[in-house]
Amino acid sequence: MSNADIYHEMIVDYSRNPINFGEIENHDVTFHDSNPLCGDSIDIDLKIDDNKVTDIKFHGKGCAICMACSSVLTEITKGKSIDDARKIEKHDVLSELGLEHLQAVRIKCALLSLKVLKSALYTYLGNHMGESDDREQLKEDASNLY
Amino acid sequence: MQNTESLFKNIRDDFPILKRTVRENKPLVYLDNASTTQKPNQVIDAITDYYQNHNANIHRAVYALAEEATEAYESARDKIANFINIKNRQELIFVRGTTEAINLVAYAWGRTHVKEGDIIVTTEYEHHSNIVPWQLLTQEKHAKLEYIGMDDNGELILDDLDKILATGKVKLVTFSLMSNVLGTITDAKKIIEKCKAAGVLTLIDGAQAVPHMKVDLEQLGCDFFAFSGHKMLGPTGIGVLWVRKSVLETMSPFHGGGDMIREVHKYETTWNDLPYKFEAGTPNIADVVGFGAAIDYLTKIGMDNIREHEIELTKYAIEKFSQVKGLHIYGTKDISKRGGVISFNFADVHPHDVASIIDGEGIAVRSGHHCAQVLMERLDVAATSRASFYIYNTKEEIDVLINSLNKVAKVFKL
Repeated sequence: MSNADIYHEMIVDYSRNPINFGEIENHDVTFHDSNPLCGDSIDIDLKIDDNKVTDIKFHGKGCAICMACSSVLTEITKGKSIDDARKIEKHDVLSELGLEHLQAVRIKCALLSLKVLKSALYTYLGNHMGESDDREQLKEDASNLY
Repeated sequence: MQNTESLFKNIRDDFPILKRTVRENKPLVYLDNASTTQKPNQVIDAITDYYQNHNANIHRAVYALAEEATEAYESARDKIANFINIKNRQELIFVRGTTEAINLVAYAWGRTHVKEGDIIVTTEYEHHSNIVPWQLLTQEKHAKLEYIGMDDNGELILDDLDKILATGKVKLVTFSLMSNVLGTITDAKKIIEKCKAAGVLTLIDGAQAVPHMKVDLEQLGCDFFAFSGHKMLGPTGIGVLWVRKSVLETMSPFHGGGDMIREVHKYETTWNDLPYKFEAGTPNIADVVGFGAAIDYLTKIGMDNIREHEIELTKYAIEKFSQVKGLHIYGTKDISKRGGVISFNFADVHPHDVASIIDGEGIAVRSGHHCAQVLMERLDVAATSRASFYIYNTKEEIDVLINSLNKVAKVFKL
């Protein structure tokens, strides 16, 4: 895949007009992370009702790949149960945009928002755990993310 | 001065890497010289020759090879001392690079001399290597780190320095001689003059300046000076820290180990003479030899000719860039105040996307925060693209860069 080919119409459109871009004022959880190599920076806010992601918004600064993948990710996530959202994989995001063969140096741009989403979900789960839940298991799941 | 065009015409033949193609058979256009430079055959051969014919450990053994290795290592020290015009070779310490040099000062000088309430001053356009070591030191000592601000033209606001010096608490002022992002050449003489009047020591990060212009430490009059070999045709992993002897003598060792000692007993040790007190362990001998060869190469061309060549390229590039709609260049347009480093942004396209697309045309430019996030915050941008030139770059390569921007414009429908 040549470099210019990754910048097809959809990527450029999404980066110009990102979907679900902004903040949720009364969010139930928010998470921020950045890519130390390039300075891309993403925040994701989630509204969660009945263990379902009823609203999701992202904001921050990033390249076209980062912005397009964040848009697609929020679209995939919206309406999903927490359990299903936890199961979203990198392939689910990349394939939506035809980026399966993205160069290694750019893959972090594409997956930053997925990392932020998962971290947000685990933060939410950690904050809403009952006594009986397996906190250690959750910690282990979270630490295996990347 | 010779006609610089003819002087630089055949230089590219010395650099094997410049003959290769990248991506889809595109000739390599290497414009990331502020990050690291390519190596001429003369440097590569010197390292090979050292390993093939002279390799041994230095300063110890009495046999022939050890003598040759020591001679090769120490003569490189003399070449470098001469190159930056210092009279006392004992003041010149080999380190891994500028980062290690500054950390050495923060550790070995800072821990002895900086106390609670003292102030260290750096600037808004420093590389992280001239910020983070000082954050570590000032946090540990409950001292303060303060900044000389930068104006919209990319030049330091020296009034800030006056105000901070007036507190009477400043121990050190540290700054780069040339910004790695904006190319701004710092008015070092003025800063040092102010610091001397206040009895304050000065450290210069010369990583960007020494490869590109004549630097004379005797004239500058600073107290610490650091630079790296790999940004001036030399190998990676070797750099220099120079410290004025009167200051060096007040510093404790950095690393303990072999070669830095005079006598070791069970519970106490006396230190070796300067500079060896600060060169613990077997040093990077082969790369010091390679660094020496790079110094020979640059000396032969002449640093004034190199500066002249880069001024030509930078002038040409700025002129061409200004004709591209939507292209914004950061820093001063006054060529006498800047080196061959041009940071830019292209309309609303993220620098990573610019770099990716033009990489497809064989062009190597850097994109990102350039290890200068404090400066990025000051400019209020997340990142920039950066083209930086060296002796082997040509106007034709700048044309290739400019043309490749058309491709970016097409993809992003600018």
